[in-house]
Amino acid sequence: MTDIAVETSAPAELPRTKTDWVPLALVPALALLALPFIGSPSAWVTLTVAGLAMGMMIFLMASGLTLVFGLMDIINFGHGVFISLGAYATLIVLGPLAGWGEADSIGLNLALLGLCIVTAMAVTGVVGAVFERVIVRPVYGSHLKQILVTMGGLIVAEQAIHAIWGASPIPIRLPETLRGAFVIGDIVMERYRVVAVGVGLVVFIGMQLLLNRTRIGLLIRAGVENPEMVEALGYRIRRLFVSVFVAGSALAGLGGVMWAFYRQTLTAGMGMEVMVLVFIVIIVGGLGSVGGCFVGSILVALVANYVGFLAPKLALISNILVMALVLTWRPQGLFPVARR
Amino acid sequence: MTEPLLQLTDVHTHIGPYHILQGVTCDIPTGSLTMLLGRNGAGKTTTLRTIMGLWRASSGKIRFDGRDITTCSTPSIAQAGIAYVPESMAIFTDLTVRENIVLAARSGPVDSARLDWMLGLFPALKRFWNLPAGNLSGGQKQMLAIARAIAEPRRLLLVDEPTKGLAPVMVRSMIEAFRALKAAGETILLVEQNFYAASALGDNVLVMDDGRIVHSGAMSDLVADQVLQQRLLGLSLDAHQ
Repeated sequence: MTDIAVETSAPAELPRTKTDWVPLALVPALALLALPFIGSPSAWVTLTVAGLAMGMMIFLMASGLTLVFGLMDIINFGHGVFISLGAYATLIVLGPLAGWGEADSIGLNLALLGLCIVTAMAVTGVVGAVFERVIVRPVYGSHLKQILVTMGGLIVAEQAIHAIWGASPIPIRLPETLRGAFVIGDIVMERYRVVAVGVGLVVFIGMQLLLNRTRIGLLIRAGVENPEMVEALGYRIRRLFVSVFVAGSALAGLGGVMWAFYRQTLTAGMGMEVMVLVFIVIIVGGLGSVGGCFVGSILVALVANYVGFLAPKLALISNILVMALVLTWRPQGLFPVARR
Repeated sequence: MTEPLLQLTDVHTHIGPYHILQGVTCDIPTGSLTMLLGRNGAGKTTTLRTIMGLWRASSGKIRFDGRDITTCSTPSIAQAGIAYVPESMAIFTDLTVRENIVLAARSGPVDSARLDWMLGLFPALKRFWNLPAGNLSGGQKQMLAIARAIAEPRRLLLVDEPTKGLAPVMVRSMIEAFRALKAAGETILLVEQNFYAASALGDNVLVMDDGRIVHSGAMSDLVADQVLQQRLLGLSLDAHQ
């Protein structure tokens, strides 16, 4: 965003913006609350790191959808296909550069992961642009049609993946130095999960900077709240819609890469399988809120891990329970943004 | 005679099955403050939204500065120099006051002299400069909505009921702000229900009923003629002072 002369003219002793700390405090509060129940500090650290990594991967897959949902008012049930497509796009890189993955070099391994991410984001971004033009644009404003049409798009795209890469699951291997775990005393942290936390944090910080420090970010935030007024100010919101849809698809592709290496198996339905979780974190976080999506993802993943350890039979309903509790407390999610 | 800045000729607007504007014809002269009056449901808001392209005119012509804008998109109309302040104010509550202004200045940084002028008109905004606009009171939100409309030079301001729901002291501040805008040579089309505010500000007046302009003329003539007020608006100015 262009800095403006305003800042020099405005008085210095202005009141500060109040931050809504309560939802932010939920994550550390939950982690601390779980500690006495889990008992062993090392098990607690292992579960917490695993939960953070899972949360970051969910965030990567969900962050694009929350923007699309909030800004465009589009219910895109086809979002899962971009996750699957991103995962399969790794094969484009892993085929010719398999040697980089087997090399005992952290530099080559991370370069391979980076190339997979760039390729997946490019592929899903392009497919996202086509998906928006062909499937989504004709049904702007009609939620029922959006659900039907994007579900149809998802099915067609999954079949296309089968046609291109085959219907059988495809195993992939983590790059050499990302396999195994860091062991510190009794604490075990899988290396790849630590990388996933790093990638998730980088993307989150990048998105926060984009949304809060640039004019395009301002436009997105304003468009989430009142697209009509953004148009009345002279901006072409349709172009912004397309850009956000493409960016959202590319982010899903990035999430797909991370998810693929985590599962180490590719299936066309892998994106659809996580969509329930993706929708839960978007609703928990508040439609259109990237920060809410981030906190919601970590919250849901940590609860799943802690509950899975303490009461495995309850693990399956823990996500729904989190959503129900959050919505009872804040019916529009942790950080409501969209006013529509 | 100079051509008016904005000219509506037999404009009709349908919203779904409803025929709201039924042949609106009027001129808005350059540099004037024109009040658009009428009872609820007369079509005032629809007129502004139709000019802005937010609802499409079914037929008729809208000319702005000699150019036909009837079928132009809303962003094109805004880029041509028309600013719109809706009745709901539509400020971005999650953005700070500063960010609301920054966004409205499409062409780049706000000129500091203009900013000083704006904050001089609405000094309350200074105090909340870095706070989310959702924290503002109703009157302050209205000030921000108008400040946003004048963040950069525009040819015409369309303002929908800026005094609605405001406390009397805030209404007086708003009247002063519009007087200052008028003195600065802005062309304004202002929808208003408050006849006291309208009579204090308007150079010209348009009265709407059932989707048509039923009276147009100088505001001073309407203020001076209580029989006409009674006939057009069902009120007398005395009752609103």
